[in-house]
Amino acid sequence: MSIATDLRLSRSLDTSARSGERSPKAMVFLVLLWVTMFIAMTVLLVLIVTTFIEGAPRLDLRLFTEYPSSTPARAGARPAILGSIWVICTTAVLAIPLGVAAAVQLEEFADKTKRINHLIELNVQNLAAIPSVVYGLLALAMLTLLRVQNKNLVIAGATALSLLILPVIIIATREALRSVPAEIREASLALGATPLQTMWKQTLPSAVPGIATGAILALSRAFGEAAPLLLLGGLVFVSYDPNGLLSGYTTLPIQIFNWTGRPQEEFRVLAAAASILLLVLLLAMNALAIYIRNHYQRRW
Amino acid sequence: MSAQPSPEVTTHQEVTPPHEPQEVHFEPAHPTRDDQLPDTPDAVMACKNVDVRYGDFRAVTGVNLIFGYNEITALIGPSGCGKSTLLRSLNRMNDLILGARVTGEVTLHGQDIYARGIDPIEVRRRIGMVFQKPNPFPKSIYDNVAYGPRVIGMKPSNMDDLVEEALTQAALWTEVKDKLKQSAFGLSGGQQQRLCIARTIAVRPEVILMDEPCSALDPIATGRIEDLMEELRQVYAIVIVTHNMQQAARVADRTAFFTALAAEGTGDRTGMLVEYDKTTKIFENPSDKRTEDYISGRFG
Repeated sequence: MSIATDLRLSRSLDTSARSGERSPKAMVFLVLLWVTMFIAMTVLLVLIVTTFIEGAPRLDLRLFTEYPSSTPARAGARPAILGSIWVICTTAVLAIPLGVAAAVQLEEFADKTKRINHLIELNVQNLAAIPSVVYGLLALAMLTLLRVQNKNLVIAGATALSLLILPVIIIATREALRSVPAEIREASLALGATPLQTMWKQTLPSAVPGIATGAILALSRAFGEAAPLLLLGGLVFVSYDPNGLLSGYTTLPIQIFNWTGRPQEEFRVLAAAASILLLVLLLAMNALAIYIRNHYQRRW
Repeated sequence: MSAQPSPEVTTHQEVTPPHEPQEVHFEPAHPTRDDQLPDTPDAVMACKNVDVRYGDFRAVTGVNLIFGYNEITALIGPSGCGKSTLLRSLNRMNDLILGARVTGEVTLHGQDIYARGIDPIEVRRRIGMVFQKPNPFPKSIYDNVAYGPRVIGMKPSNMDDLVEEALTQAALWTEVKDKLKQSAFGLSGGQQQRLCIARTIAVRPEVILMDEPCSALDPIATGRIEDLMEELRQVYAIVIVTHNMQQAARVADRTAFFTALAAEGTGDRTGMLVEYDKTTKIFENPSDKRTEDYISGRFG
């Protein structure tokens, strides 16, 4: 038997030496990890389960078809659901083209040696971390400057939410563009394509799955957002279907906020039911984003 | 078809069924063309005192070369000797690298391609490039070939014919004619590289630059690309960078040997041309000691 095998044997038989994965230190750390994960998961689980139990009785057709009312039994979230759809669609139309265009400029065309572009980049990163209520204030100030009296407009809410998610879309799009291999750009340029053609016909199409994933995640954030819209007069009693960009509106998160503040127990049940709806919609959006990421993203 | 196809070449171009293993060539696939080669090449492109710098770093210096019609010119030398850098400066692909600067003259038909008023897009259209790693676009086989003609605004009377012609010239037509609409990623590495060559041919360049086109391929696929180069020489001027000296010996009419000199003080390695001559001369009777050492494997 060689020396090497001798050593290996003695090593593997030696269980008294507490080293590696089984040392007390490692075990404590492992337990700590489990505990923290357990705490995080339990809080979330309790929240979801209690919301479901509380809201289940009112999770019926009336929630979707009825208008808000002072009688809880006849109240529903129909205008809030429609309002959310209006606001989010408008936000998507405003923010996605703008965000993608900004990202393309920064990633593909901007001269990266210039100080101004570094500054812009730093700014975009910082903007993504700014509290949403600040964007509400910004939109409010803009509307005041424009002398708009009634600020409860779909287009105003969508503008605030667009500003909020613009940095997120820019960052996601840049990531997606960066993951397109340089070889593809080089091949296109070597054939005599212009940089603009290369961007439109090769880089951008290859980045679409990544951009779509980022955009949907950003929109789902805007969907659940209430703070900026509260500042813009979103907390109103809307008893009609919003029907245009200049229409008044309320959204699902604001409706939930509204109902939670009411004294009657029935309204709180209603709020829980609307929360379930919001939760399901958000989960669906995030699931769609994950699906797109997994099924359409190219592995180079 | 201007030049003299040797009988060997035509037999090699007899289309072999895709799955039948082809013999590997270690010997030149054609009898030496030395007697047919003029002493000085009939210039299509030329370098006069070319220096390429990246910022302050001088990557390659003082290159004087002439690339002839219907000739394959190989650039060989140890890593870091600037041969790929030089190749990329021949069709202004170095423009895409920040800080890259070319001084001296690179001419196409006597016209300096770095002169003021010259459009790099037009330069790249007339001087095609095949890259080290096969880099087909994430599109169908057909669209890969049709992309170039489309973006440069060629108006072929029949795009299908153009695609077929390019694929036939690249010796790929019989293998892919039944799956033109399928993704190019479904092809083998060697087929992908021939597709990249077909794509380059489709825009009808005058010169084809190849940057180690076979380094990612197995010997059989390499053999096919080499046969293809023999065929393409009759229409195009080809410049190939290769690490494989046998490959240079097999395919090239003329060979340029580069080496790198470390600058005193900084230790930056700057590439320079040592010797440029007919391939047989370089490999059998080089006039420079360094070439001889490299060829015989004593350094590099």
